[in-house]
Amino acid sequence: MPQFDPSTWVSQIFWLIITFGVLYFLLSKLALPRLASILEERENRVSGDLEKAERLKQEAEEVLADYQKAIADARTSALAALKESADKIAATGAKRQAEFDAQLKEKVQIAEDKISAARTEALSHIKDVATEVASAAAGKLLGADVTESKVSKAVDEALGGRG
Amino acid sequence: MASGGSHGPMQQFEVNPIVALKLGSYDISFTNSALFMVLSAALITVFLVYSTRGRALVPGRWQSMAEMSYEMVANLLRDNVGSAGRQYFPFVFTLFMFILFGNIIGLIPGTFTFTSHIAVTFAMAIVIFLAVTVIGFVRHGAGFLRLFFPHGAPLWTAVILIPIELVSYLSRPISLSVRLFANMVVGHVLLKVLGGFVVMLGLFGVFVLPVLVSIQALELLVGALQAYVFTILTCIYLHDAIHLH
Repeated sequence: MPQFDPSTWVSQIFWLIITFGVLYFLLSKLALPRLASILEERENRVSGDLEKAERLKQEAEEVLADYQKAIADARTSALAALKESADKIAATGAKRQAEFDAQLKEKVQIAEDKISAARTEALSHIKDVATEVASAAAGKLLGADVTESKVSKAVDEALGGRG
Repeated sequence: MASGGSHGPMQQFEVNPIVALKLGSYDISFTNSALFMVLSAALITVFLVYSTRGRALVPGRWQSMAEMSYEMVANLLRDNVGSAGRQYFPFVFTLFMFILFGNIIGLIPGTFTFTSHIAVTFAMAIVIFLAVTVIGFVRHGAGFLRLFFPHGAPLWTAVILIPIELVSYLSRPISLSVRLFANMVVGHVLLKVLGGFVVMLGLFGVFVLPVLVSIQALELLVGALQAYVFTILTCIYLHDAIHLH
């Protein structure tokens, strides 16, 4: 086996040390720092992006919360306004009703007064009319002149019961 | 061992000088082995540097592969050693990539697999072994010797446990290097022998070819797996040196 020929050992080990040494130098000074920086940069970029995404998500959630709060507030105030106007309308209605009732009552009162006045007047006239009618009727029926005072007395008597 | 210049299955492991060089009395010729070490190192560098040139936030295919290899080794180190192992990351990563590329490039027919040589794997293993031992003593002083006696075991068991632990500790570089070396050699010999069959059988070689292809696929897996095993064992040794079990 050529492997056990010691005459080549020195040369092999010599070139091993040279090539390995040069390769070690090149990798540790050139390739590995570059690879390390690439990987680190990517790591930073990815974690930066994740952080940003997290922040944006939080912001979006805040906006959503604000929006929901605004909607809830608007609903509450709308309900309050609705209730207030309903109350107002009810109060106005009641007031108007009361006014109308009072007016109506007044009108009824006036009408009743008028009616009673008219009745009184009518009643006071009824006697004259009755007297006149009675005397005219008596004159026609009896052919005799009936005195005004007699008729009036008789009408009074007839009306007396109804007064 | 008596492969010589023949075209046997061992011929692929021959180390041949391309440029003869001498350092004092030592032969440090630039060989086919050295060529593929340089090639692996160059390919790794080009792969990692070129794929990340855009520093894309969303990686393409090549950058993804570079990032995956980085994260794979980083996770391996973190899971096995913890944060204390961070400073050894460049070494562990270089080790993994170097062995992985050596194994995989070696699977291309006609290439040379430098990880199939015990000299190379043992040199890496002994450096790791010595480094881990030094790290252990630097971190824990003489307390590092507690590694050889499990905490809480009855004192009399020390007679048995300490020699066992010591032997298992000292055999680490051997098992680490032989595992990689043997896997690579066996795989390549198998491929060579099967390839020989295919050629030898002529037209009937078509029936052996699928076997060869599946062994090739298996060797690809073994090559990646052995690089991973070598790396994870290095991490475990580091863990022992830093945390003492």
